[in-house]
Amino acid sequence: MAQSAVEARHIAKHFGLGEAAVRALDDVSVTIAQGEFFTLLGPSGCGKTTLLRMIAGFETPTSGQILLEGQDITALPPNKRPVNTVFQSYALFPHLTVAQNIAFGLEMLGKPRAEVSATTERMLALVKLEQMAGRKVSQLSGGQQQRIALARALAPKPKVLLLDEPLSALDLKLRQAMQIELKRLQLETGITFIFVTHDQEEALTMSDRIAVMSAGKIQQIGGAREIYTRPANRFVASFIGETNFLPATADKGRVTLKAGAVVEATGAEGLSGPVTVAVRPEQVRIVGAGEVGALPVTIRNLVYFGTDTHCHMEMTDGSEVVARLQSPANGDAGLERGAQVGLRFNPGSAQVLGD
Amino acid sequence: MSVTLEESRDHEDVRRNWLLSSPALILLLLAAVGPLSIMLVYSFLTPGDYGNVVWKFSTEGWTKILVERDIFEGTLQFADAHLTIFWRSVKLSVVTTILTLAVGFPTAWFIATRDPRSRALWLFLITIPFWTNLLIRTFAINQVIRNEGLLNTLLLKIGVISAPLQITYTDTAVLIGMVYVYLPLMVLPLFGALDRFDMRLLEASYDLYASRWTTLRRVIFPIVKPGVIAGSILVFIPCLGAYVTPRILGGGKLMMIGNFIDLQFGQGRNWPLGAALSILLLIIVTVALLFYVRTMNGEKKHG
Repeated sequence: MAQSAVEARHIAKHFGLGEAAVRALDDVSVTIAQGEFFTLLGPSGCGKTTLLRMIAGFETPTSGQILLEGQDITALPPNKRPVNTVFQSYALFPHLTVAQNIAFGLEMLGKPRAEVSATTERMLALVKLEQMAGRKVSQLSGGQQQRIALARALAPKPKVLLLDEPLSALDLKLRQAMQIELKRLQLETGITFIFVTHDQEEALTMSDRIAVMSAGKIQQIGGAREIYTRPANRFVASFIGETNFLPATADKGRVTLKAGAVVEATGAEGLSGPVTVAVRPEQVRIVGAGEVGALPVTIRNLVYFGTDTHCHMEMTDGSEVVARLQSPANGDAGLERGAQVGLRFNPGSAQVLGD
Repeated sequence: MSVTLEESRDHEDVRRNWLLSSPALILLLLAAVGPLSIMLVYSFLTPGDYGNVVWKFSTEGWTKILVERDIFEGTLQFADAHLTIFWRSVKLSVVTTILTLAVGFPTAWFIATRDPRSRALWLFLITIPFWTNLLIRTFAINQVIRNEGLLNTLLLKIGVISAPLQITYTDTAVLIGMVYVYLPLMVLPLFGALDRFDMRLLEASYDLYASRWTTLRRVIFPIVKPGVIAGSILVFIPCLGAYVTPRILGGGKLMMIGNFIDLQFGQGRNWPLGAALSILLLIIVTVALLFYVRTMNGEKKHG
């Protein structure tokens, strides 16, 4: 078995003392494999940045251990840890040129001059900014600064690269281009990336595995598909993508929607009592009103998004359900507000969730 | 069409700006250039018997800086006493600048890292010494460091020393006084520079394997250098011309240039020599500043 790159063991971080203490991290344990693109995903204040800063060495855990390639680094200061960070603000040195910025870490490690300049050139080529070597960082655009920050952090060949919401300051087009760029850099260098973001799309497109965090705890760890299709709880289901939450009752594994229909739902085995059924909007199909086994609904609203059309419908018990339909060539889904239709869930798409 | 309109507007702006700044310019011209020209002219005249000057051209004001006529034998000899005074002034000013920087930097850092609300209070505390007259503050320092003063009494009580330390009327006393007086002038520009310093760069530096000391040398110092230069200039210049502090704490025997110039216009009754010394002081300050700023900026290119 390959050795883990980073292992966090029962990490807790309390800000403040006693009863009033804020638990930024609450008994978090996670193991990140070598060469993995691992993402910490969650809303602001969920503790993801605190965990990243702990791995970097800027925060000390209240309790627990951080291991780097099996060695306890909890007590090491940041400048003794072979990990580097790409900061949200980039934090490039304004008094140095682009090349000097990239060379900084290598010089601090006492590398010979020839190696420093060779690596610096290699890094500039890696981020495709060779012609910028002599510029001051203030003369660069946001996207270029971002790439220099990456090159600077990668230059000392860290065991793990930490990225603290590095794309949040870029505009949409640039952000999408950088997502692909980041993934390419990770594959080319083979370095373990730990990426922090609140943007689910970033997390889904780049990561090998994602840890969804909320309120100082890890809610679920898994691959992008697993997290999206099999969310562990209501928080994960609502934070990643959109989900219909439908009230239902379970009786020994048999799930009946409040609207009156029996549905096939995974995760209901042996459950009894009130439950919530989760269905992704793109797994909802609209069929004829009278079709056998279809739930009768009324269309309340249609929203055109270009690639698809969102159809908001009301079930007989008053609860709302949204279907995401791929827009046909002429853009007209052929549906009307107020129409009575039937709906079905794709097989295996409905899931019973704990809260 | 639009270009000519733009040009005429620009011309108008320039004229208005000159007009607005003319009161200040006239004042500066009269208050700075005027007296300086008088000094320059006086330095080439002959001293009168009871002070003042006689309108007869002479270069003796300048030559006397370096050469002295022996009263008894009438021979010329090298005026090493004058050079000693100049050397002491430069030395004390440089040391004062270094000491205020050493003390002022941590102080400015401390203030710049407080939260914005208490920062105003700390800055306010730094400016408190300005509220009192320099003369009174210097006498107060004298009260602290004199043989029967606070410091010696305390040290004798604790038993660190058995006899009072002779601090007054030494270079040390002058240094203590000048560091105390000029410290705020170092702290304020340093604070200005540190306040604008992006503290997140510290984390970037630590993250890239730099120690605290290296971070200070390679990241903080180069970025706040303009503040260091400004503070050093603000301390060095008035130090070089200091009058009150060496007069009171140096006891009149350990003179600095300021006291020496004063002597020529007073008891010495040699106004041309005093004027020449004043001009020389101005030249020394200018050369020192040019040299300092150039070396500081030169470092940047290599670093």
